[in-house]
Amino acid sequence: MKHQYLVTAAAIAMGCALSATAFAGGPVDEQLVIDGEIEMTTRTESVEGHPLDEVISGWHYRTKETRALEADTFENPAMLYVEEGQDIWNTVEGTEGKSCATCHGDASESMAGIGAHYPKWDADSGRPINIELQINKCREENMGAEPYAFDKGGQKPLTAFIKHQSLGQPVSLDLAEGEMQSWWEKGEELYYTRTGQLNLSCATCHENYNGYYIRADHLSQGNANGFPTYRLKQASLVSIHNRFRGCIRDTRAEFPAAFSDELMALEVYVTWRGTGLSVETPAVRQ
Amino acid sequence: MTITRRSMLTLSVGAAIGVVAGMRSGPASATAEDAMAKVMEFAGGTEPATGTITLDAPEIAENGNTVPVSVSVESPMTADDYVESVAIYADGNPSPDVITFNFTPMSGEASATTRMRLAKTQNVIAVAKTSTGQVFMDKKEVKVTIGGCGG
Amino acid sequence: MASVKPRVKVPKSASAGEVITIKTLISHPMESGQRKDGDGNPIPRQIINTFTCEFNGQTVFSCDIEPAVSANPYLEFTAKVGEAGTFKFTWVDDDGSVYTEEKEIALN
Repeated sequence: MKHQYLVTAAAIAMGCALSATAFAGGPVDEQLVIDGEIEMTTRTESVEGHPLDEVISGWHYRTKETRALEADTFENPAMLYVEEGQDIWNTVEGTEGKSCATCHGDASESMAGIGAHYPKWDADSGRPINIELQINKCREENMGAEPYAFDKGGQKPLTAFIKHQSLGQPVSLDLAEGEMQSWWEKGEELYYTRTGQLNLSCATCHENYNGYYIRADHLSQGNANGFPTYRLKQASLVSIHNRFRGCIRDTRAEFPAAFSDELMALEVYVTWRGTGLSVETPAVRQ
Repeated sequence: MTITRRSMLTLSVGAAIGVVAGMRSGPASATAEDAMAKVMEFAGGTEPATGTITLDAPEIAENGNTVPVSVSVESPMTADDYVESVAIYADGNPSPDVITFNFTPMSGEASATTRMRLAKTQNVIAVAKTSTGQVFMDKKEVKVTIGGCGG
Repeated sequence: MASVKPRVKVPKSASAGEVITIKTLISHPMESGQRKDGDGNPIPRQIINTFTCEFNGQTVFSCDIEPAVSANPYLEFTAKVGEAGTFKFTWVDDDGSVYTEEKEIALN
């Protein structure tokens, strides 16, 4: 098996061996219900054209302690950041004397379901736009405020707050909009392109080996439905572009800038792969 | 000798074991003694008994930065007989102290939960001291895993 | 995080003598003093070192916290409720800052 051989070689390079035990780290058969109320879709039949039969949220690959953190919005430490995002939502900034709430009012109404459909086509810039860039566009064009630098200022908490308003809503992108289809294709190409000294593509781990161990860790399908995600490792919110960059860096490759064409295309494609999964923002992972 | 990939793997594993063994005989054992010294200091000279206290922590922690830990002590929690405090120690951290929970009869139960940092696989120890001078201890090993890509 | 912010979960009401569960979380980096910055200089310790829960002025539960407690410290404990009243929660930072939060509870 060519793939097996390559992954094993990569694992040796990292000073470790990939476990031969198939699915010992596979997805658990459990239902995620948030606060005993919101029944989440964390496993679903994949969308047409998807290489896998079933899409599975990363929640299923985590230990029971980590899964429990996400199931309770009080115990989920990322909710601290969501609350911070709510404060930012209501804070006036910039020369126009506006806050997000000035135009959009109550986010639980105006933003309900919105985050489940990003990235979207942005005709003005002629490229896809994600929540982070939409916030920056609003800040510059409507608030007269400085755009947030990547992962700085209120970018992560505000993005998490906005996406959290779609908690439980199924991820669904409109690829017919503008040139979304060609960005999807570019993203697909990147997904299958091997990079770095370890010669790994996204697909090597997250398509071919999800459910297997890599060292002591479980490989998930790498879906994007829970971002920004609280990672126990960082004890903080991690944005999707930060995660992409981290993953590419770990293949020992040069990694593209946040919001670059490459990573926007990848966000479109990876988000699409999770079509039908509930938005979990803020998810909790290892 | 020709180094094949297979022999390279054997070499890597051997080297890794050597490194681990080297670490084990180093400062970690001193910390384990240090943790027991802390336990005895907390116990005030009383030899801790087993039972009555239950320490709950995962067998395997996905990340050492955030490990849930709970303690629960059977006690009537009355003014005459209650659990005064429970201390938690970790014997492989730079310092064994983690947290001390102080209860009162108004606590109702002697149970508490927090999240702690574990630098590596090690023992977590919980010691309870009651108002009647009893001391109970429980211990559990928590394995700390390392992320897949070092990332 | 931009600011240190406590969150507390207490039931709105309880029956007399009931033992309730209280959950608290506070946003704080819990800088352990073990880390070094990019230049190799130690980053000074700054943690929440003490937490206290009082009910109508009497201590219910407290703890002494060390750097081994995770960032955004989480605490869950119980309280026996004998009367209606106010829970007061206090977190003390190494830098001397004190953060407080209060919650009312009614009797059923």
